[in-house]
Amino acid sequence: MATNEPTPNNARPDNARVVKRLLFVVVGMFGFGFALVPLYEVFCDITGFNGRTKNEQAAANTRQVDTSRTINVQFITRVNKGMPWGFAPEINSVRVHPGETKVVNFLASNPTGHNMVAQAIPSVAPGEAGLYLNKTECFCFNQQPLAAGADTKMPMQFYLDPDIPEHIHTLTLSYTMYDMTANAQPDVLATFDATPSAD
Amino acid sequence: MSTVAGEMDHTDHHHHAPSGITRWLFTTNHKDIGSMYLWFSFIMFLVGGSMAMVIRAELFQPGLQLVDPHFFNQMTTVHGLIMVFGAVMPAFTGLANWMVPLMIGAPDMALPRMNNWSFWILPFAFAILLASLFMEGGGPAFGWTFYAPLSTTYSSDSTALFVFSVHIMGISSIMGAINVIVTIMNMRAPGMTYMKMPLFVWTWFITAFLLIAVMPVLAGAVTMVLTDKYFGTSFFDAAGGGDPVLFQHIFWFFGHPEVYIMILPSFGIISAIIPAFSRKRLFGYSSMVYATAAIAGLSFIVWAHHMFTTGMPVAAEIFFMYATMLISVPTGVKVFNWVATMWRGSITFETPMLFALAFVILFTIGGFSGLMLAITPVDFQYHDTYFVVAHFHYVLVSGAIFSIMAAAYYWLPKWTGHMYDETLAKWHFWCSLISVNLLFFPMHFAGLAGMPRRIPDYSLQFADINQIVSIGGFAFGLSQLIFLWVVIKCARGGEKAPAKPWEGAEGLEWTVPSPAPYHTFETPPEVK
Repeated sequence: MATNEPTPNNARPDNARVVKRLLFVVVGMFGFGFALVPLYEVFCDITGFNGRTKNEQAAANTRQVDTSRTINVQFITRVNKGMPWGFAPEINSVRVHPGETKVVNFLASNPTGHNMVAQAIPSVAPGEAGLYLNKTECFCFNQQPLAAGADTKMPMQFYLDPDIPEHIHTLTLSYTMYDMTANAQPDVLATFDATPSAD
Repeated sequence: MSTVAGEMDHTDHHHHAPSGITRWLFTTNHKDIGSMYLWFSFIMFLVGGSMAMVIRAELFQPGLQLVDPHFFNQMTTVHGLIMVFGAVMPAFTGLANWMVPLMIGAPDMALPRMNNWSFWILPFAFAILLASLFMEGGGPAFGWTFYAPLSTTYSSDSTALFVFSVHIMGISSIMGAINVIVTIMNMRAPGMTYMKMPLFVWTWFITAFLLIAVMPVLAGAVTMVLTDKYFGTSFFDAAGGGDPVLFQHIFWFFGHPEVYIMILPSFGIISAIIPAFSRKRLFGYSSMVYATAAIAGLSFIVWAHHMFTTGMPVAAEIFFMYATMLISVPTGVKVFNWVATMWRGSITFETPMLFALAFVILFTIGGFSGLMLAITPVDFQYHDTYFVVAHFHYVLVSGAIFSIMAAAYYWLPKWTGHMYDETLAKWHFWCSLISVNLLFFPMHFAGLAGMPRRIPDYSLQFADINQIVSIGGFAFGLSQLIFLWVVIKCARGGEKAPAKPWEGAEGLEWTVPSPAPYHTFETPPEVK
């Protein structure tokens, strides 16, 4: 009988090819899951999505001050759950003209009996305003060491880009302080040895 | 000539078939593996159901009486995980194993050894997950969605076991999905073109693609949770430069297609049963196929509707709101087609049809509450309330689970060779139908009135509603024991089933005898 009857065996070589392609998709999608991390970063940086601020030192302010507008910048501070530090802005809000440079101090205290290192993470509301908030100096750029029982005044210098959209009249800048003692950078820890600590 | 060769082949196979426990351990037969998947999913359904009973017993009265809140959280978490990954998904995989080769005229699944492995790693995954409940610090208690930082900073050490078991479940589903795709692409009988495939095969084909696209993303998400917790990475830790909201984006990028993974095969089942008992051909076959594909495609661009309250920009909220509402168009096409199939049909109401009809109505109610949740401004009120619990239980219990029950009754005569006890089965249906509505419908009102989900206690004004809901819950749980009774009774004996026990049924599975022989379609059937 020369009839070309299809049998399951006929399909076998084909199977390997399809399986290979499907495994390629599986591996690709596993990679895509991880690729979402940098993609999300880029997306947030471009759009200001999720209250992201440009958390790096901005170029010195060379912009013209726009005195026709005044924007109310409010400050909020929190400490993460379980974090014992005191942390507060010196003033709760400041009224600035776009392009005008301002310095606001934040007060932090370490009431515990041991040296600690903390990191402040900023967030801006509304999210799109984050793109126009430029910090020329900020304690949030680095981890902050604080010896046992010590307190400190931390400056933050900023200006608003005059291109900030017309409809934004109020901007809220929030800082959350996280305990980073366990993950402190070595050079930050070294400052405790250089200065005499409280104990 | 070929029939003789086929028969010789047949006896040869039987000669080698091992017996006892090794038959089940080493089997590569799609029917054996399908049965194991179905029994496994039913056991998991009872285990996950027992946890729901603990939840409902605690919520029977306000105040804390039976379990402590941490254990309550473990119950809600593991109930969700078991029902999603242990009950619904393996039940569908079991149905695919049994029915896809029979429906396309193939002798078995394309990759039988992998099929064995993809089943047998599942019991280990769930043994690990259940064992974690007995660890010091308890099992996973962060909800089945395992949001960071609940699952990273604030979780117990059982998280490592949770992650490992989810990895195994993922590998199992991916292998199952690859097997289904290869089987459908390469093993169809001559003449079985894509547009002649039964809708159950079509919906599973599309589901399998969803599975291989999103299960790896889930594997990535749990891996990131693991490294954040134990290896010092900061994917979701704001202090280290990560973002906890990112977790929700990654999770729901998996999670939304996942909910369609749990409903698309149901659509296939219902599209087989309604024409059979209406004694009419399915209305709008090709529109059903395209609607299924459209739902699957849209499922990738709606994930953030689970996250309306995370502070997204208005433009994003509006996009996700409209994209979500768009899904009701292809879903509406399906519901319309089912109703149009019944229109002027000669309908009889055997148990599979009763479950299918209940599916159409109750799933549509779940779809409507889903539409309500999709409206961004009102979602701010409904978010994380019992309204959400009511919504997804309508689509998953009276949707997915009811369709699985319908499928079981529809194909039991083919699997066992006996007719099930119709009287008992009708008792099962009516008890389930009444209790499921008593259980989940009042939850809508509790949610609209502001009762939050995943909390072991509640304000006094919710006491009456919760008492009714708990009574419905216990009744629904007990009703499922009737189902167990019917299945065991049917497997052991009963009226002999003909090859085609349902007058209006169509498809290749009804051309083989009942019970389906161990080996079928070794000679491919000719499909005209």
